[in-house]
Amino acid sequence: MDKLLKERRHRLNEFKDYLGKKPASKHVEIPDGIYTKCPQCEGLVLSSHIKENMYVCPKCGRHMYISGHERLEQLFDNGKYKEYWSSMKTNDPLDFPDYDLKLEKAKKRTGMNDGVIVASGRIGHIKTVVVVMDNHFMMASMGTVAGEKITRAIEYATRKKRPLIIFSSSGGARMQEGIFSLMQMGKTCAALKRHMNAGLLYISYLTHPTTGGVTASFALLGDINIAEPGALIGFAGPRVIESTLRQKLPEGFQRSEFLVEHGFVDLIVERNKSRETLITLLHLHS
Amino acid sequence: MSLKEKEKKIKELEEKLQRIKNDPDLIDAVEGKRIEDTITRYKEHTYSSLSAYDRVYLARKSERPHIKEYIANLFDDFIEMHGDRFFKDDQAIVGGIGYFNHLPVTVIGHQKGRNLDDNMKCQFGMASPDGYRKAMRLIKQAEKFNRPIITFVDTPGAYPGIEAEENGIGEAIGQSLMLLSDVTVPVIVFVVGEGGSGGALAISIGDHIAMLENAVYSVLSPEGFASILWKDTKGERVGEACEVMKMTAKDLYEAHIIDEIIPEALGGVHKDPALTYRKIRQVITEQLDALVRVSKKDLLNRRYAKFRKIGDYRG
Repeated sequence: MDKLLKERRHRLNEFKDYLGKKPASKHVEIPDGIYTKCPQCEGLVLSSHIKENMYVCPKCGRHMYISGHERLEQLFDNGKYKEYWSSMKTNDPLDFPDYDLKLEKAKKRTGMNDGVIVASGRIGHIKTVVVVMDNHFMMASMGTVAGEKITRAIEYATRKKRPLIIFSSSGGARMQEGIFSLMQMGKTCAALKRHMNAGLLYISYLTHPTTGGVTASFALLGDINIAEPGALIGFAGPRVIESTLRQKLPEGFQRSEFLVEHGFVDLIVERNKSRETLITLLHLHS
Repeated sequence: MSLKEKEKKIKELEEKLQRIKNDPDLIDAVEGKRIEDTITRYKEHTYSSLSAYDRVYLARKSERPHIKEYIANLFDDFIEMHGDRFFKDDQAIVGGIGYFNHLPVTVIGHQKGRNLDDNMKCQFGMASPDGYRKAMRLIKQAEKFNRPIITFVDTPGAYPGIEAEENGIGEAIGQSLMLLSDVTVPVIVFVVGEGGSGGALAISIGDHIAMLENAVYSVLSPEGFASILWKDTKGERVGEACEVMKMTAKDLYEAHIIDEIIPEALGGVHKDPALTYRKIRQVITEQLDALVRVSKKDLLNRRYAKFRKIGDYRG
């Protein structure tokens, strides 16, 4: 037996030497951008095809990242909307080391000044205020800019007596702005309460991933909470829970389906049904 | 030298002095006084140059008064209420009603527990959704009977666990923020120990926010912060995190996040709790006196404006 194992090891080593020091790559070289590999089923799909399919994998239905503006275009009537306060920037209240460099990098990558987009336009002819969090900008974490823009959006909707839809996706409070970020949770919720008291509709639309201070403020307070399939939605991140409890988390923990099961999300809506579902809901409340 | 080590040194010196003081052969009164003064000066120096990390250490000290001591020393005829009416009674949050100078008030606060048994029962002050739902029930009750609300904040954060997530810890905190922002009775908040994250904020939306001198209040625990931002899991950069987060009472007062700093005795509130109780009593008296005169509408508008203005942006 020992001999057999030794021989096998020898052959394996020979094979490794033959391949060179680099381990054999599992990945097939794909020219940049033509194909997209689904992170779930690992299937290769033509990138143009994925885009047409609203960034949902046609093979397994995985809802991948969609940019904030692309989401707004597919949502509003004729893809037309007006964006507000897009030039707002943070003053870096804690004077946090290297934060400015990080912001600059995120800006270069996304063309945005922060991860929150506020838009207004018509959806199924109904004037609606929409907030989208685009997590390609520093995980769309909520600092003073996100908090202020979301609060302004809510106040604007209240003033104009319009329904409000917030597409959440965020790593939570922005660490680099410390306590100022934490306070945005209180600020947004206070504004939301006034919108609610005015008898106006708020639809919270949770997308992957929504965690931390966003989950613990406006994201689960909708009159209607909608989630995209398979989105991670939770307060404490799975790794934090795992390391605190030192136990493995159950499968599907903190996914959209889990939240429906436990009574915190009303419905899961696939991206291609998003606009028509929202139109129906907006009309039911108009 | 860390504050912990300095405190150990002070204690040793004080004990030594006590021993030699009791023996007139070893030391005369003048010499004794001289040594005592030296120790006092060292103490004063130690506690007047505390780093943010030192304050975190003090804020977490288990000798500090806990919610039940604040209640016993500030309120009369206190009756504790239990349960969220949905699921269970979370010991991490204590709430009830009592008198403050003959005025009925509702008191809510985190409970950490002092020995391991109690710590386990109340999850070291980390509340679950049921805790925040109990708090919300008592807030609504206070509003119904027009009782001012006084909260005591002392938590490392909300409980990070499977059950807490299943029962919607995020939703519970969000609801609590919304409720407190709109409750028509005065709300006075005291951050007495650790003000950790959303778990602290959930009962900290109020009209007047005071913080004990050595208390801390932050977006996340410094350990969590260092781990998230710098991938520091060994705790090597926790001290640095404490500094950059600007989490001390002084920092937060200067940033206009809190309204007032309550002094503590030299070495921390536990050295002379009566001093701090007196000051808290004074703050509650002053604030209630002013806040009960404000119309409900103005009260809500002012509270809204108080949080509305927090931000630092341009454009």
